[in-house]
Amino acid sequence: MRQQLILRIAAKLFIPFILLFALYVQFHGDYGPGGGFQAGVIFAAAFVLYTLIWGVDEAKRVVSPNLLQVLAALGVLIYAGTGIAGIFLGGTFLDYGVLQHDPVHGQHLGILLVELGVGITVAAVMTSAFLCFAGRKRS
Amino acid sequence: MVELVDMVLLGFMAVVAVVVARLRNLFGVVLVSGFFSLLSASMFVVLDAVDVAFTEAAVGAGVATVIMLGTLLLTTSEEKKASGSSLGALLVVLVTGAILVYGTLDMPHYGDPDAPVHHHVAPRYTHDSPEEIGVPNIVTSVLASYRGYDTLGETTVIFTAGLGILLLIGSSFRSRGGRDGDR
Amino acid sequence: MSALPGLYNYWIVIFLMMTGLFIVISRRNLIKKMVGLSIFQTSVFLLYISMGKITGGTAPIVAGPDTVYSNALPHVLILTAIVVGIATTALGMAIIVRIHEAYGTIEEDEILSQDLQQ
Repeated sequence: MRQQLILRIAAKLFIPFILLFALYVQFHGDYGPGGGFQAGVIFAAAFVLYTLIWGVDEAKRVVSPNLLQVLAALGVLIYAGTGIAGIFLGGTFLDYGVLQHDPVHGQHLGILLVELGVGITVAAVMTSAFLCFAGRKRS
Repeated sequence: MVELVDMVLLGFMAVVAVVVARLRNLFGVVLVSGFFSLLSASMFVVLDAVDVAFTEAAVGAGVATVIMLGTLLLTTSEEKKASGSSLGALLVVLVTGAILVYGTLDMPHYGDPDAPVHHHVAPRYTHDSPEEIGVPNIVTSVLASYRGYDTLGETTVIFTAGLGILLLIGSSFRSRGGRDGDR
Repeated sequence: MSALPGLYNYWIVIFLMMTGLFIVISRRNLIKKMVGLSIFQTSVFLLYISMGKITGGTAPIVAGPDTVYSNALPHVLILTAIVVGIATTALGMAIIVRIHEAYGTIEEDEILSQDLQQ
Protein backbone atom coordinates (compact mmCIF):
# COMPACT_ATOMS: atom_id res chain seq x y z
CA MET A 1 0.00 0.00 0.00
CA ARG A 2 2.86 2.34 0.80
CA GLN A 3 4.40 1.68 -2.61
CA GLN A 4 1.18 2.69 -4.31
CA LEU A 5 1.20 5.92 -2.29
CA ILE A 6 4.67 6.91 -3.47
CA LEU A 7 3.82 6.11 -7.09
CA ARG A 8 0.58 8.07 -6.95
CA ILE A 9 2.11 11.17 -5.42
CA ALA A 10 5.06 11.11 -7.83
CA ALA A 11 2.71 10.71 -10.79
CA LYS A 12 0.52 13.57 -9.56
CA LEU A 13 3.63 15.75 -9.48
CA PHE A 14 4.84 14.67 -12.92
CA ILE A 15 1.72 14.62 -15.06
CA PRO A 16 1.03 18.39 -15.14
CA PHE A 17 4.64 19.08 -16.11
CA ILE A 18 4.52 16.47 -18.87
CA LEU A 19 1.38 18.10 -20.29
CA LEU A 20 2.96 21.54 -20.02
CA PHE A 21 6.09 20.32 -21.77
CA ALA A 22 3.94 18.87 -24.56
CA LEU A 23 2.30 22.27 -25.07
CA TYR A 24 5.72 23.94 -25.02
CA VAL A 25 7.08 21.60 -27.68
CA GLN A 26 3.95 22.12 -29.80
CA PHE A 27 4.11 25.88 -29.89
CA HIS A 28 7.89 26.31 -29.95
CA GLY A 29 8.37 24.01 -32.91
CA ASP A 30 9.01 27.13 -34.97
CA TYR A 31 12.00 28.24 -32.91
CA GLY A 32 13.69 25.01 -31.96
CA PRO A 33 13.25 21.28 -32.44
CA GLY A 34 9.68 20.24 -31.93
CA GLY A 35 6.36 20.47 -33.66
CA GLY A 36 3.15 18.54 -33.87
CA PHE A 37 4.34 14.93 -33.83
CA GLN A 38 6.66 15.19 -30.87
CA ALA A 39 4.10 17.18 -28.88
CA GLY A 40 1.32 14.68 -29.60
CA VAL A 41 3.45 11.76 -28.44
CA ILE A 42 4.51 13.53 -25.22
CA PHE A 43 0.88 14.43 -24.53
CA ALA A 44 -0.09 10.78 -24.95
CA ALA A 45 2.77 9.77 -22.62
CA ALA A 46 1.12 11.75 -19.80
CA PHE A 47 -2.08 9.74 -20.25
CA VAL A 48 -0.10 6.50 -20.41
CA LEU A 49 1.45 7.34 -17.02
CA TYR A 50 -1.99 8.09 -15.61
CA THR A 51 -3.33 4.77 -16.91
CA LEU A 52 -0.40 2.81 -15.47
CA ILE A 53 -1.03 4.17 -11.96
CA TRP A 54 -4.82 4.42 -11.79
CA GLY A 55 -6.01 1.78 -14.25
CA VAL A 56 -7.82 1.74 -17.57
CA ASP A 57 -11.31 2.40 -16.17
CA GLU A 58 -10.23 5.56 -14.37
CA ALA A 59 -8.39 6.71 -17.49
CA LYS A 60 -11.52 6.18 -19.57
CA ARG A 61 -13.40 8.34 -17.09
CA VAL A 62 -10.83 11.13 -17.41
CA VAL A 63 -10.81 11.13 -21.21
CA SER A 64 -13.82 9.46 -22.72
CA PRO A 65 -13.33 7.19 -25.76
CA ASN A 66 -15.83 9.17 -27.79
CA LEU A 67 -13.86 12.35 -27.20
CA LEU A 68 -10.65 10.64 -28.35
CA GLN A 69 -12.27 9.40 -31.54
CA VAL A 70 -13.68 12.84 -32.30
CA LEU A 71 -10.33 14.52 -31.60
CA ALA A 72 -8.49 12.13 -33.91
CA ALA A 73 -10.72 13.12 -36.81
CA LEU A 74 -10.75 16.78 -35.76
CA GLY A 75 -6.99 17.12 -36.22
CA VAL A 76 -7.08 15.92 -39.82
CA LEU A 77 -10.10 18.17 -40.39
CA ILE A 78 -8.21 21.23 -39.10
CA TYR A 79 -5.30 20.44 -41.40
CA ALA A 80 -7.41 19.90 -44.51
CA GLY A 81 -9.61 22.81 -43.53
CA THR A 82 -6.62 25.15 -43.56
CA GLY A 83 -5.94 23.99 -47.09
CA ILE A 84 -9.54 24.52 -48.19
CA ALA A 85 -9.60 27.94 -46.51
CA GLY A 86 -6.74 28.88 -48.80
CA ILE A 87 -8.92 28.00 -51.78
CA PHE A 88 -11.87 30.07 -50.50
CA LEU A 89 -9.64 33.11 -49.93
CA GLY A 90 -8.35 33.09 -53.49
CA GLY A 91 -5.19 30.97 -53.45
CA THR A 92 -4.49 27.33 -54.17
CA PHE A 93 -4.85 24.33 -51.85
CA LEU A 94 -2.61 24.71 -48.77
CA ASP A 95 -1.54 28.19 -49.86
CA TYR A 96 -0.90 29.96 -46.56
CA GLY A 97 0.06 33.31 -48.07
CA VAL A 98 -3.56 34.37 -48.62
CA LEU A 99 -4.70 33.64 -45.07
CA GLN A 100 -3.67 37.07 -43.78
CA HIS A 101 -2.97 40.56 -45.12
CA ASP A 102 0.73 39.78 -45.49
CA PRO A 103 2.23 36.56 -46.94
CA VAL A 104 4.76 36.06 -44.11
CA HIS A 105 2.06 36.46 -41.42
CA GLY A 106 -0.12 34.14 -43.44
CA GLN A 107 2.66 31.53 -43.40
CA HIS A 108 2.97 31.87 -39.63
CA LEU A 109 -0.78 31.39 -39.12
CA GLY A 110 -0.91 28.51 -41.56
CA ILE A 111 1.99 26.67 -39.94
CA LEU A 112 0.46 27.20 -36.48
CA LEU A 113 -2.92 25.78 -37.51
CA VAL A 114 -1.41 22.88 -39.40
CA GLU A 115 0.89 21.81 -36.57
CA LEU A 116 -2.05 22.11 -34.17
CA GLY A 117 -4.05 19.71 -36.31
CA VAL A 118 -1.17 17.25 -36.45
CA GLY A 119 -0.60 17.44 -32.69
CA ILE A 120 -4.26 16.83 -31.87
CA THR A 121 -4.52 13.81 -34.17
CA VAL A 122 -1.27 12.22 -32.98
CA ALA A 123 -2.14 12.68 -29.29
CA ALA A 124 -5.62 11.22 -29.72
CA VAL A 125 -4.47 8.26 -31.82
CA MET A 126 -1.57 7.31 -29.54
CA THR A 127 -3.73 7.55 -26.40
CA SER A 128 -6.57 5.49 -27.87
CA ALA A 129 -4.15 2.90 -29.28
CA PHE A 130 -2.57 2.45 -25.84
CA LEU A 131 -5.97 2.24 -24.12
CA CYS A 132 -7.08 -0.41 -26.64
CA PHE A 133 -4.03 -2.55 -25.89
CA ALA A 134 -4.24 -2.04 -22.15
CA GLY A 135 -7.97 -2.65 -21.87
CA ARG A 136 -8.18 -5.82 -23.90
CA LYS A 137 -8.91 -8.90 -21.78
CA ARG A 138 -6.46 -11.79 -22.14
CA SER A 139 -8.01 -14.81 -23.82
CA MET B 1 36.58 13.85 -31.36
CA VAL B 2 33.19 13.87 -33.01
CA GLU B 3 34.30 11.04 -35.28
CA LEU B 4 35.17 9.01 -32.18
CA VAL B 5 31.68 9.51 -30.71
CA ASP B 6 30.26 8.62 -34.12
CA MET B 7 32.20 5.36 -34.43
CA VAL B 8 31.60 4.27 -30.82
CA LEU B 9 27.85 4.88 -31.04
CA LEU B 10 27.54 3.00 -34.32
CA GLY B 11 29.63 0.11 -32.99
CA PHE B 12 27.46 -0.06 -29.91
CA MET B 13 24.33 -0.12 -32.09
CA ALA B 14 25.75 -3.02 -34.10
CA VAL B 15 26.32 -5.02 -30.89
CA VAL B 16 22.80 -4.24 -29.67
CA ALA B 17 21.28 -5.37 -32.99
CA VAL B 18 23.09 -8.71 -32.75
CA VAL B 19 21.82 -9.09 -29.16
CA VAL B 20 18.24 -8.57 -30.38
CA ALA B 21 18.74 -11.30 -32.97
CA ARG B 22 20.00 -13.82 -30.46
CA LEU B 23 17.80 -13.12 -27.43
CA ARG B 24 14.81 -15.48 -27.00
CA ASN B 25 13.02 -13.80 -24.10
CA LEU B 26 10.66 -11.38 -25.84
CA PHE B 27 10.47 -9.04 -22.87
CA GLY B 28 14.23 -8.55 -23.11
CA VAL B 29 13.97 -8.15 -26.89
CA VAL B 30 11.44 -5.31 -26.56
CA LEU B 31 13.47 -3.48 -23.92
CA VAL B 32 16.72 -3.85 -25.88
CA SER B 33 14.99 -2.54 -29.00
CA GLY B 34 13.90 0.50 -26.98
CA PHE B 35 17.55 0.99 -26.05
CA PHE B 36 18.45 0.66 -29.75
CA SER B 37 16.02 3.49 -30.56
CA LEU B 38 17.60 5.65 -27.85
CA LEU B 39 21.09 5.01 -29.28
CA SER B 40 19.86 5.90 -32.75
CA ALA B 41 18.38 9.13 -31.33
CA SER B 42 21.82 10.01 -29.93
CA MET B 43 23.32 9.20 -33.32
CA PHE B 44 20.84 11.57 -34.96
CA VAL B 45 21.99 14.37 -32.63
CA VAL B 46 25.61 13.73 -33.67
CA LEU B 47 24.43 13.99 -37.29
CA ASP B 48 22.83 17.44 -36.58
CA ALA B 49 19.27 16.14 -37.04
CA VAL B 50 17.75 17.45 -33.81
CA ASP B 51 14.09 17.28 -34.89
CA VAL B 52 14.54 13.72 -36.05
CA ALA B 53 16.31 12.78 -32.80
CA PHE B 54 13.44 14.23 -30.78
CA THR B 55 10.88 12.28 -32.79
CA GLU B 56 12.87 9.05 -32.72
CA ALA B 57 13.35 9.24 -28.95
CA ALA B 58 9.68 10.00 -28.30
CA VAL B 59 8.27 7.56 -30.83
CA GLY B 60 10.82 4.75 -30.99
CA ALA B 61 11.89 4.54 -27.37
CA GLY B 62 8.50 5.65 -26.05
CA VAL B 63 5.37 4.68 -27.93
CA ALA B 64 6.79 1.66 -29.78
CA THR B 65 8.13 0.09 -26.57
CA VAL B 66 4.83 0.66 -24.75
CA ILE B 67 2.74 -0.84 -27.55
CA MET B 68 5.05 -3.85 -27.92
CA LEU B 69 4.87 -4.46 -24.15
CA GLY B 70 1.08 -4.31 -24.40
CA THR B 71 1.21 -6.90 -27.17
CA LEU B 72 3.49 -9.10 -25.06
CA LEU B 73 0.97 -8.95 -22.24
CA LEU B 74 -1.77 -10.22 -24.58
CA THR B 75 0.31 -12.96 -26.24
CA THR B 76 3.32 -15.04 -25.18
CA SER B 77 6.58 -13.81 -23.74
CA GLU B 78 9.13 -16.38 -24.91
CA GLU B 79 10.21 -17.31 -28.40
CA LYS B 80 10.16 -20.99 -29.29
CA LYS B 81 13.58 -22.59 -29.72
CA ALA B 82 14.68 -22.37 -33.33
CA SER B 83 14.57 -25.66 -35.20
CA GLY B 84 16.50 -26.08 -38.40
CA SER B 85 19.43 -23.98 -39.46
CA SER B 86 19.24 -20.38 -40.60
CA LEU B 87 22.14 -20.82 -43.01
CA GLY B 88 20.07 -19.94 -46.07
CA ALA B 89 18.93 -16.66 -44.50
CA LEU B 90 22.53 -15.87 -43.52
CA LEU B 91 23.66 -16.46 -47.09
CA VAL B 92 20.96 -14.19 -48.54
CA VAL B 93 21.82 -11.49 -46.04
CA LEU B 94 25.57 -11.71 -46.73
CA VAL B 95 25.07 -11.49 -50.49
CA THR B 96 22.71 -8.51 -50.15
CA GLY B 97 25.13 -6.80 -47.77
CA ALA B 98 28.03 -7.36 -50.14
CA ILE B 99 26.08 -5.86 -53.04
CA LEU B 100 25.13 -2.83 -50.93
CA VAL B 101 28.74 -2.29 -49.81
CA TYR B 102 29.83 -2.48 -53.44
CA GLY B 103 27.21 0.19 -54.14
CA THR B 104 28.53 2.52 -51.46
CA LEU B 105 31.99 2.61 -53.04
CA ASP B 106 30.54 5.10 -55.51
CA MET B 107 28.94 7.34 -52.92
CA PRO B 108 30.38 10.70 -51.81
CA HIS B 109 32.27 10.54 -48.54
CA TYR B 110 30.44 11.19 -45.28
CA GLY B 111 30.20 14.94 -44.62
CA ASP B 112 31.21 16.01 -48.13
CA PRO B 113 29.73 19.48 -48.85
CA ASP B 114 29.83 18.85 -52.62
CA ALA B 115 27.54 15.83 -52.53
CA PRO B 116 24.70 15.95 -55.11
CA VAL B 117 22.06 16.07 -52.36
CA HIS B 118 23.19 19.60 -51.40
CA HIS B 119 22.80 21.04 -54.89
CA HIS B 120 19.24 20.97 -56.15
CA VAL B 121 16.19 21.87 -54.07
CA ALA B 122 17.76 21.94 -50.60
CA PRO B 123 19.86 25.15 -50.95
CA ARG B 124 16.77 26.95 -52.24
CA TYR B 125 14.86 25.95 -49.10
CA THR B 126 17.75 26.92 -46.82
CA HIS B 127 18.27 30.33 -48.47
CA ASP B 128 14.68 31.37 -49.03
CA SER B 129 13.01 30.05 -45.90
CA PRO B 130 14.00 33.00 -43.61
CA GLU B 131 12.52 35.59 -46.02
CA GLU B 132 9.58 33.72 -47.47
CA ILE B 133 8.33 32.08 -44.30
CA GLY B 134 10.21 33.78 -41.48
CA VAL B 135 10.32 30.74 -39.20
CA PRO B 136 13.76 30.00 -37.69
CA ASN B 137 13.40 26.20 -37.75
CA ILE B 138 14.02 25.28 -41.39
CA VAL B 139 12.75 21.73 -40.88
CA THR B 140 9.38 23.01 -39.65
CA SER B 141 9.09 25.41 -42.55
CA VAL B 142 9.83 22.69 -45.09
CA LEU B 143 7.60 20.18 -43.31
CA ALA B 144 4.57 22.42 -42.86
CA SER B 145 4.82 24.82 -45.77
CA TYR B 146 7.02 23.77 -48.68
CA ARG B 147 6.11 20.08 -48.34
CA GLY B 148 2.82 20.55 -46.52
CA TYR B 149 0.93 18.17 -48.78
CA ASP B 150 3.14 15.24 -47.72
CA THR B 151 2.48 16.08 -44.09
CA LEU B 152 -1.27 16.00 -44.76
CA GLY B 153 -0.83 12.49 -46.15
CA GLU B 154 1.21 11.51 -43.12
CA THR B 155 -1.46 12.75 -40.71
CA THR B 156 -4.04 10.76 -42.63
CA VAL B 157 -1.82 7.66 -42.32
CA ILE B 158 -1.72 8.06 -38.54
CA PHE B 159 -5.45 8.56 -38.42
CA THR B 160 -6.00 5.44 -40.55
CA ALA B 161 -3.69 3.38 -38.33
CA GLY B 162 -5.62 4.53 -35.26
CA LEU B 163 -8.85 3.63 -37.02
CA GLY B 164 -7.48 0.17 -37.83
CA ILE B 165 -6.37 -0.45 -34.25
CA LEU B 166 -9.75 0.64 -32.92
CA LEU B 167 -11.51 -1.72 -35.32
CA LEU B 168 -9.22 -4.68 -34.59
CA ILE B 169 -8.89 -4.64 -30.81
CA GLY B 170 -11.00 -1.73 -29.67
CA SER B 171 -14.21 -3.50 -28.70
CA SER B 172 -13.69 -3.00 -24.96
CA PHE B 173 -12.46 0.53 -25.56
CA ARG B 174 -15.54 1.61 -27.47
CA SER B 175 -18.19 0.00 -25.29
CA ARG B 176 -19.26 1.09 -21.83
CA GLY B 177 -17.87 -1.08 -19.02
CA GLY B 178 -15.71 -3.30 -21.29
CA ARG B 179 -16.38 -6.87 -22.28
CA ASP B 180 -14.12 -9.64 -23.54
CA GLY B 181 -12.53 -9.57 -26.97
CA ASP B 182 -15.09 -10.38 -29.58
CA ARG B 183 -15.11 -13.80 -31.19
CA MET C 1 42.51 2.25 -47.18
CA SER C 2 41.54 5.87 -47.68
CA ALA C 3 37.87 5.04 -48.21
CA LEU C 4 37.52 3.68 -44.67
CA PRO C 5 36.96 6.87 -42.63
CA GLY C 6 34.68 8.37 -45.27
CA LEU C 7 32.50 5.30 -45.69
CA TYR C 8 32.65 3.67 -42.23
CA ASN C 9 29.27 5.17 -41.35
CA TYR C 10 27.58 3.64 -44.37
CA TRP C 11 29.10 0.20 -43.83
CA ILE C 12 28.00 -0.04 -40.20
CA VAL C 13 24.53 1.12 -41.26
CA ILE C 14 24.47 -1.62 -43.91
CA PHE C 15 25.45 -4.13 -41.21
CA LEU C 16 22.53 -2.92 -39.08
CA MET C 17 20.18 -3.20 -42.07
CA MET C 18 21.30 -6.73 -42.75
CA THR C 19 20.87 -7.71 -39.09
CA GLY C 20 17.29 -6.43 -39.20
CA LEU C 21 16.69 -8.26 -42.47
CA PHE C 22 18.14 -11.45 -40.99
CA ILE C 23 15.77 -11.25 -38.03
CA VAL C 24 12.79 -10.78 -40.37
CA ILE C 25 13.72 -13.69 -42.64
CA SER C 26 14.99 -16.29 -40.23
CA ARG C 27 13.04 -15.90 -36.98
CA ARG C 28 9.59 -17.45 -36.78
CA ASN C 29 8.10 -15.50 -33.88
CA LEU C 30 5.89 -12.70 -35.21
CA ILE C 31 6.82 -10.17 -32.53
CA LYS C 32 10.53 -10.80 -33.20
CA LYS C 33 9.90 -10.22 -36.91
CA MET C 34 8.26 -6.87 -36.18
CA VAL C 35 11.17 -5.83 -33.95
CA GLY C 36 13.60 -6.83 -36.73
CA LEU C 37 11.60 -4.78 -39.20
CA SER C 38 11.77 -1.74 -36.94
CA ILE C 39 15.57 -2.19 -36.63
CA PHE C 40 15.75 -2.30 -40.44
CA GLN C 41 13.69 0.90 -40.70
CA THR C 42 15.79 2.76 -38.13
CA SER C 43 19.03 1.87 -39.90
CA VAL C 44 17.61 3.11 -43.23
CA PHE C 45 16.81 6.41 -41.50
CA LEU C 46 20.43 6.57 -40.30
CA LEU C 47 21.61 6.05 -43.88
CA TYR C 48 19.58 8.97 -45.19
CA ILE C 49 20.48 11.35 -42.38
CA SER C 50 24.19 10.45 -42.75
CA MET C 51 23.95 11.54 -46.38
CA GLY C 52 22.64 14.95 -45.36
CA LYS C 53 25.36 15.80 -42.87
CA ILE C 54 27.93 18.44 -43.83
CA THR C 55 31.24 18.46 -41.95
CA GLY C 56 31.39 21.59 -39.81
CA GLY C 57 27.69 22.21 -40.24
CA THR C 58 25.11 22.66 -37.54
CA ALA C 59 21.45 21.90 -37.00
CA PRO C 60 19.18 23.59 -39.57
CA ILE C 61 17.85 26.28 -37.24
CA VAL C 62 18.62 29.83 -38.36
CA ALA C 63 21.37 31.22 -36.13
CA GLY C 64 23.15 34.28 -37.47
CA PRO C 65 24.73 34.86 -40.89
CA ASP C 66 27.52 32.79 -42.42
CA THR C 67 26.55 29.53 -40.72
CA VAL C 68 26.73 26.26 -42.60
CA TYR C 69 23.59 24.22 -42.01
CA SER C 70 23.27 20.50 -42.53
CA ASN C 71 20.82 19.66 -45.26
CA ALA C 72 17.24 19.94 -43.96
CA LEU C 73 15.52 17.96 -46.69
CA PRO C 74 16.44 14.43 -45.51
CA HIS C 75 15.32 15.42 -42.00
CA VAL C 76 11.83 16.20 -43.25
CA LEU C 77 11.53 12.98 -45.23
CA ILE C 78 12.77 10.87 -42.34
CA LEU C 79 10.40 12.60 -39.90
CA THR C 80 7.50 11.44 -42.06
CA ALA C 81 9.04 7.98 -42.38
CA ILE C 82 9.44 7.56 -38.60
CA VAL C 83 5.81 8.41 -38.01
CA VAL C 84 4.56 6.11 -40.78
CA GLY C 85 6.80 3.37 -39.36
CA ILE C 86 5.26 3.59 -35.91
CA ALA C 87 1.77 3.58 -37.46
CA THR C 88 2.47 0.34 -39.30
CA THR C 89 4.19 -1.19 -36.25
CA ALA C 90 1.21 -0.42 -34.01
CA LEU C 91 -1.23 -1.83 -36.56
CA GLY C 92 0.95 -4.93 -36.98
CA MET C 93 0.94 -5.47 -33.22
CA ALA C 94 -2.87 -5.27 -33.21
CA ILE C 95 -3.00 -7.91 -35.95
CA ILE C 96 -0.59 -10.12 -33.94
CA VAL C 97 -2.95 -9.91 -30.94
CA ARG C 98 -5.87 -11.05 -33.10
CA ILE C 99 -3.78 -13.85 -34.63
CA HIS C 100 -2.93 -15.06 -31.15
CA GLU C 101 -6.59 -15.09 -30.21
CA ALA C 102 -7.51 -17.00 -33.36
CA TYR C 103 -4.68 -19.58 -33.47
CA GLY C 104 -3.41 -19.72 -29.91
CA THR C 105 0.18 -19.14 -31.01
CA ILE C 106 2.36 -16.53 -32.66
CA GLU C 107 4.97 -18.85 -34.15
CA GLU C 108 4.78 -18.77 -37.92
CA ASP C 109 5.28 -22.51 -38.54
CA GLU C 110 2.57 -23.50 -36.05
CA ILE C 111 0.15 -21.05 -37.67
CA LEU C 112 0.88 -22.42 -41.14
CA SER C 113 0.45 -26.03 -39.99
CA GLN C 114 -2.88 -25.17 -38.37
CA ASP C 115 -3.99 -23.55 -41.60
CA LEU C 116 -2.96 -26.59 -43.64
CA GLN C 117 -4.84 -28.96 -41.34
CA GLN C 118 -8.16 -27.17 -41.82
